[in-house]
Order: sequence, then structure tokens, then C-alpha cells
Amino acid sequence: MKRWLPLILFVALVGFFAKGLFLNPREVPSPFIGRQAPAFTLPLVGDANASFSPADMKGRVWMLNVWAPWCVSCRQEHGFLMQLAQAQPVPIVGLNWKDKNREADMLLARTGSPYFAVPDDVDGRVGIDYGVTGTPETYLIDKQGIVQLKHIGPIDPETWKNKFEPKLKELGA
Amino acid sequence: MIPELGHFALIVALLLALTQAILPLYGAQRGNLTLMGVARPAAQGQFVFVALAFGCLAWSFLNNDFSVLNVAKNSFSQLPEVYRFTATWGSHEGSMLLWVLILAFWSTAVSVFSRHLPEDMAARVIGVMGLISVGFLAFLLTTSNPFVRLLPAAMDGNDMNPLLQDWGMIIHPPMLYMGYVGFAVAFAFAIAALLSGKMDVAWARWSRPWTTVAWAFLTFGIMLGSWWAYRELGWGGWWFWDPTENASFMPWLAGTALIHSLAVTEKRGAFKAWTVLLALIAFSLSLLGTFLVRSGVLSSVHAFATDPARGAFILGFLAVVIGGSLVLYAWRAPKMVTGSGFTWFSRESLLLANNVILVAALGSVLLGTLYPLLMDAMGLGKISVGPPYFNSVFVPVMAPALFLMAIGPLARWKEASLPDVITRLKWALGVALAVGLLVPLGLGGFKPWAALGFFLAAWIALSVLAGFVDRLKHGQGSLVHKLSTLPRGFWGMQLAHFGMAVGIAGIAVVANYQTERDVRMELNSYAELAGYTFTFRGTTEHDGPNYRAARGTLEVSRDGRQVATLHPEKRVYNASGMAMTEADIHPNVYRDIYVAMGEQLDDGGAWTVRLFYKPFINWLWFGALFMVFGGFLAASDKRYRIALRRSEMPKHVAAQGA
Repeated sequence: MKRWLPLILFVALVGFFAKGLFLNPREVPSPFIGRQAPAFTLPLVGDANASFSPADMKGRVWMLNVWAPWCVSCRQEHGFLMQLAQAQPVPIVGLNWKDKNREADMLLARTGSPYFAVPDDVDGRVGIDYGVTGTPETYLIDKQGIVQLKHIGPIDPETWKNKFEPKLKELGA
Repeated sequence: MIPELGHFALIVALLLALTQAILPLYGAQRGNLTLMGVARPAAQGQFVFVALAFGCLAWSFLNNDFSVLNVAKNSFSQLPEVYRFTATWGSHEGSMLLWVLILAFWSTAVSVFSRHLPEDMAARVIGVMGLISVGFLAFLLTTSNPFVRLLPAAMDGNDMNPLLQDWGMIIHPPMLYMGYVGFAVAFAFAIAALLSGKMDVAWARWSRPWTTVAWAFLTFGIMLGSWWAYRELGWGGWWFWDPTENASFMPWLAGTALIHSLAVTEKRGAFKAWTVLLALIAFSLSLLGTFLVRSGVLSSVHAFATDPARGAFILGFLAVVIGGSLVLYAWRAPKMVTGSGFTWFSRESLLLANNVILVAALGSVLLGTLYPLLMDAMGLGKISVGPPYFNSVFVPVMAPALFLMAIGPLARWKEASLPDVITRLKWALGVALAVGLLVPLGLGGFKPWAALGFFLAAWIALSVLAGFVDRLKHGQGSLVHKLSTLPRGFWGMQLAHFGMAVGIAGIAVVANYQTERDVRMELNSYAELAGYTFTFRGTTEHDGPNYRAARGTLEVSRDGRQVATLHPEKRVYNASGMAMTEADIHPNVYRDIYVAMGEQLDDGGAWTVRLFYKPFINWLWFGALFMVFGGFLAASDKRYRIALRRSEMPKHVAAQGA
């Protein structure tokens, strides 16, 4: 019996590997997909008297883009977001995340703003509600306020075409 | 035309590998010398054609042939020439081709240095290696052909992953694969012994130098990988317990156990079945590592291939090779009668303890690496196992092995005298305890793990000294003469053990006494860390061959004296747009000063900068280099060559006469 032990252990291991092969380890399921986007109300950058809340967007498909002035890859993404803002497939809301140095307003004035509204999440609480791990991150939210898609990292034309466009078609936006 | 030639060469290599596998194995079973004779030329021919294929791929990379998909995906016209060459194995396909090339190289080496072996043994060893070649060549040709064309050709390439554009990465994969694949030789020897049913100690003697050389290469490869991660990833860490690192570390642990149990089997005829099993396990873990990394079963920063077809192929291959060899093992195990006995305190029993502990440590790493996969496969959720698990499990398991490591070389075979060993080592124990207690205090605070590390390092280093004293007590002549007559096997072992001591000392210091700061630095502002003053002199634009960089200038001084000027960079690569942190390091024997640029904070030139003070970090690499050198030295011991020459002589004479 003892001499068969290594083989038995190995066979069990192969079973697990075979199963593991058909699982995707990268797909960490975001608990928000298919759920209501967490509610918040935040003042807007540049106009602290006005505020933004996801409830304002009911009835529209929209994108929540988490960015920050200090984030290098957000600058990379900025150009493409500007193109999107021109073509206007969906309104983009730019959550200004942990902008401790208060630079967003000036930066957007200089580089142009692709955003429909820029809520100011200075202490990062809303980001935590959304499970933001780093900037940029983008959520696609449907007419009922349900999160349909989450993308981590900058959006480039290719991701847009492969990930966002099909979903947008599905949602009829 | 050249890529097609490479593709064709691969097909020819597959046919030659089939020949190399089937005819000699069949011939050895039948006792047919003609068929056995096919082994050597077939292996050498296979090597020539795989090398040709590799050369063709390298040519395509060097000449920027972007009509080859692999080149278009992994290279770039502005990439410096040396990286265009190393990009040859930067991709999945290319690295598998390198795997096969190195396997063919080892097969050829065996075919050249096996003239002292009985003909059927050599034929079986080369045949088994041929079988492995068949599997990998078939894998390349069916799922991972590196020569696939891209029509119409791309205008330019996507560039090599910037992380890999480092000279540590130039030699890390070949060295690592030399180790991984080198265990195929030990595996082939074990299988050949099982097939022949002659489980005497001869196979252990034959496979010993091969295993030691493979182990030394693997040690070097792992060290280079760690050194690369340290310099290139910009976090100042040198080991992350990443699945890919574990994939190379597990064969290393098994290989370390194997070189020790081989010694027992060769010298005393004991542990036969165990040694065979370890030889099978060491190579199985190499294959497993390849599977884990290449299939994308475990997500990891290194995994650049996620393709179920590839994973399924490797898994099937794994099942056949490992499963088949374990069946063979179970079938033949009763034939292995163990040699002479030994008492509870002897070199055998100490090496047995070494093996048990190393395998337990291996098991803990294997469990931690596979646990997320097992949980996921059973539908119990996605989890990840991180450094806290490994540090809290692996370190306590290994500590006893490190303690016993000092005693083993001083104990006699069969039956050692405990009082005698105590007499010879009690001063070492005393000094080591003092070192363990006092050195941490001198370094700024007593920490238990640091104390344990220093104690073990001093204990092992002193036992090496005791080993030399022991050997030099006897015999005549001057000290130098006596030292030069010590066998290389002895020198190699002691050097490797000493390297372990140096490495442990390095780990103990850097893990417990490093300091780091993340600071916001404006132009001409300064920050202090570990007694050094860092003054930020701003950044300048700097254009590299295939990237643009903001290059910072930091002046480092201590007590008003200039120590160094460092230039860490933040690079953006032209083709991929990927941003990369290129740290700058001022090294010396006692510490590294390590500086990495964080993010630019505003247009006034302020940056976040990461400052690290890494004491003794370089001792880690020195220690590993001692181990590597010790391994090569031991493998070149005279007694292996004498055995070779003695049996080679008559054949040479016969050949000349013919």
C-alpha cells in the first residue's frame, strides 16, 4: 500500500488541476456587478454648493470614472476620455478621489474636462464603498442604477471596443 | 523564409526525439546493441535541429521581422539589440523553445559524458530524456508554435514587457531552466534504474554529479530572479512568495533533499527507494512549475499565458510522465532492498532528518501555493495565500534543519558518538549563542527572529570551520598542502554550507533592520533615513532608446560627507505606454541605499520618493553565489572523473585500433 501512496496523492492533485484549468483566477467577482450602485451625495469640484448623487442619473446609462490628479495612468486615459466626451455615447462622471492637495479644478481647467460632473471624494469614503483598489477604475451603471461592469486600469480604445461597447449595446444606450 | 526553416527544424527535431526515445528503450529491453547505439547520435542530432530552430527565432527577433506574430507581439524596432535577442525567450512560445533547447543540451551532455556507463543504462537514460523532448516538442508544434506568421506584417512591434528589459532577466531564465531541466537527468537515471530493475548503488553514483550541477544552476537562477525582482520592481523586496517563485523554489527544496539522500545511497546503500522517489519528485515539481506558470492556473504577475488548450496539454503530459513514473516506482519498489543499518545518531540519521524537514517545508510551500486553487476547485471561494502564511510556517519548519546542518558533516557514518560531536562543537555553540544574543543589540534592538538568524548563521559558519579543523588535524605537510589535498567534494559541501550561513545572516539583518520612508520632496528639500541625508535636486527629461524618462537626482550624504549621487527614473515606454519605476542603488558590502521615484505631485517639481536603507542585503546574493560555486566544485570532484577515465580507457584504445 505504502508504495502506491505517491501515485494516489498525485492522481488527486491532477483532478484538482483539471478542474482549476477551467476557472479564471483573474476574475475576482466584484460584489457590485448586478447590484444597486452604492448611494452617496458629494459636493462638486469647483462648486461646493452644488452636489451630485447617483440618484440624479436614474433613467440614464452612465459611467463612474474614479480618478485623481496625482494619478499618472489617469493622465494616460484622459485623452481617450476626451474623445468619448466628444462622441457622447454616455455621460461620464469623474469621481475625484483623495485629492488632498485640491488640484482637480485647476488641472481640469488646463487640460479640459471630459466629465459631466466631478464629485469630490476628498477622504476617499465613497471610493471605499465602491471597492476601489486604485485609480483609474470605471463602473458602467444602467438606467435602474445597477452596476453592469467594472474595469480596473486605464480605458484605451481597445478595451472600450471589446468591453464597453458590447455592454452598451446590450443596455440599449 | 528563415521562420519556415525554423519551423521545419522543429519538426525534424520531433522526429529525431521520437527515434531517440523509442529505439534505444526498446533496444535496451531486448538487449539489442544496434538499437541502443541510436541513442547518442539521435540526441545530438535533435540538439542540432532544436538549436537551429532557436537560432532562426533569434534571427527573426534580431532582424525585426514583424511578419512573425511572436516578434510583432514581443519586440520593437527601437528595442536595444541585446533585448531583441533576449526577447527570443521573453514570450511563452520562446521560453518553451528555450526549455526544449536546454533539455536537448542536457541530453547531448549525457550522450557525451556517459561513455563509462553500461550501454543499456546510457540508452535508457537518453531514451527517457527523448520521451520528455517528444512531449515538449509536440507541445510547441501543436499549441505554441513560435514561428506563426502575421500577414500582413505589422509595421512595428508591441515591445517587450518593460519589466523584462533588464540584464538580470537576460540570464535568469536560461540559468533557471538549466536547473529545472537538469533535474530531468536525475529523473532519467532513476527511471532507467527502475526499468532495468538493477537498483544497486551505481545509479546513485552516476546521477550525483548531474544532480549537483543542476542544483547549482537552479540556485543561481533563483538568486538572479530574486535579485532582478529586488532591483526592478521598485518595492525593495526580494522574495514575494509569488506562485512563480514558489514554482522554482519547490524543485530547489526537493533537489536539496535529493543531493543529500543521494550521498547516503551512494556511500551506504541506504534510503534507496526514498532517493528514487525524490529524484522523481524533483523533476515532477519542475514540470509542475512549468504547468502552473504556463497554464495560468494560478494568477501571478509572471503568468503571461492563459490558454486552456495549453494548460490541458501540459496537464495531460504531466499526468502521463509523473503518473507513469509513479506507477513504475510502485511496481519496482519491493525490489529495492535497503543497505546496511545505522543507529539513531549517525550521519545517516541526521541526513534523514534533513530530508524529512526539507520535504515537510516543501509540503508547506506546495500547500500554500495550491490552496487557493483547491478552494476554488471545490467551490469554496476565491482566496489568496500571502507571505504571512509562508513566513510563519516555512521559517519554523526550516530552523531545525539549519541547526542540524552544522552537525551532520561532523558526524560519522553508521554510528557517531554524541559526546565526541559535543566536544568538537561546544565552543561553536557558545560563540553562536553569544553572537545571536549580542549582535541584535548592536544593530539597534533585540528581536527574537533576528537573534535566531544570527545564532544559526554563526553556528553553521563555525561548524564549517570545525569541519576544516577536523580534517587538518591529521596528515602531514604544510597547511596549504593539506588544504589543497582535501577533496573537492568536501570543499564544495563546506562552501555551500558557508554560503547558507552568509545568506541567513543577510536575511536576518535585512528582514529585521531595514528602514524605509515615503517622502514628498520638493526641489532642494531634504529627507533623512538611517543617518543618511537625501537632497532632491529635481528631475530632468531623459530619452532612452525606447522610452522617455523623468530622471531624478538625489545627493546622498552622511555626516556632511557626500556618499553618492543617485538617479532613479520614472520611465514611460514608447510602444506600450507602460510606466516603469527604475530604482537606483548605491551598494556596498554592508548596505544598499535604494531610491525609487513615486509620483509627480505638481508642476513645481515635487515628487513622492521612496527611500530604503537595506542593511546586509547583498549578503543574500553572496551566500547564494557561495552555494552555486560549492555545487560546481563538488560536482567536479576527482572521484567522478577517475571512475570515468578508468572505464573509458579500453574503449578509446579499441576505437583507435579500429
